[in-house]
Amino acid sequence: MKKYISLVIMMVTALAASAQGVSASNNSIMTRDLKIYTAIAVLAIVLSCIFIFLFYIEKRLTQLEAGQKR
Amino acid sequence: VVLNDDYDGTFALRDAVTFVKSENVDSSFTALAISSEPEVKNNKHQFECFPYREILYETIRNTFFHVPMWFVMTALLFFSMIGSIIYLTSGNKKWEMVAHHGVVVGLLFGTCGYLTGLVWAKYTWYIGATWGDVLKKLLLEDVKMAAALVAIFFYFGYIILRGAIDDVAKRARITSMYNIFAFALFIMCAFVFPRLTDSMHPGNGGNPAFSKYDLDSTLRMFFYPAVIGWILLGFWIFSILMRMQFIKQKQEG
Repeated sequence: MKKYISLVIMMVTALAASAQGVSASNNSIMTRDLKIYTAIAVLAIVLSCIFIFLFYIEKRLTQLEAGQKR
Repeated sequence: VVLNDDYDGTFALRDAVTFVKSENVDSSFTALAISSEPEVKNNKHQFECFPYREILYETIRNTFFHVPMWFVMTALLFFSMIGSIIYLTSGNKKWEMVAHHGVVVGLLFGTCGYLTGLVWAKYTWYIGATWGDVLKKLLLEDVKMAAALVAIFFYFGYIILRGAIDDVAKRARITSMYNIFAFALFIMCAFVFPRLTDSMHPGNGGNPAFSKYDLDSTLRMFFYPAVIGWILLGFWIFSILMRMQFIKQKQEG
């Protein structure tokens, strides 16, 4: 249990250190106006849709191929 | 204005200072000038920071999309040409299908790459306020953009030619021959001609490519995985189309 607690503490400490570093100097237009999050959200939605569609087709094709083998 | 520091590197901003006549000074202009002061981003000790270059600024992130898309297109068209050569030597129809679907997926990525490049050019090269001006400037004056479009049109010609011939065997032979010549012309248009003359595109006509100034180690960490990821995505779509074709053929008997 002590191991897990110390691991969590280490992770949280590392995150805090990283956050301080980012806020100190990363003040570009994209991050300052939060535009970067809009860009990331749009990209994530578009890429997620593409991957979901491709996985769906992949699954259907695998089923059809299995059906043809039988 | 050129800022130079041993730790932060060098950053140049040619429009940071504007000289105006004293009688024409506008108070709102002063406020604008203060708000647009250059930022020097340090990419040595910040994991998230990319090279902050004049002209590109935050749009440098488009490197992860525009450039890999053209890599995917080139890889697929090369694969397609190999398929055409194997078909002409062996006569195996499977390879003709490989060539055809390679061109289709390659064109998809090429078109996406061209469109991302157009948008990028509009907002970084300052070549026109409207899309009409941008297209006119790029297609009539920039060899790289015009030649790349011609190269894409060669492959649209392939698709049209393939759809125009009814005889299956004849269609396969003619389009395979066309595909081999189209790839040679594509290489000439996309990579050779633009280097012989001036172009605004990086890496052509004496302009530096990203590898020399902008593609630093931070950017490379994301760029190379992006290239691998996009190529895998391209070949995944290609394999799905091939499998669909095989299933369709089996169903038709």
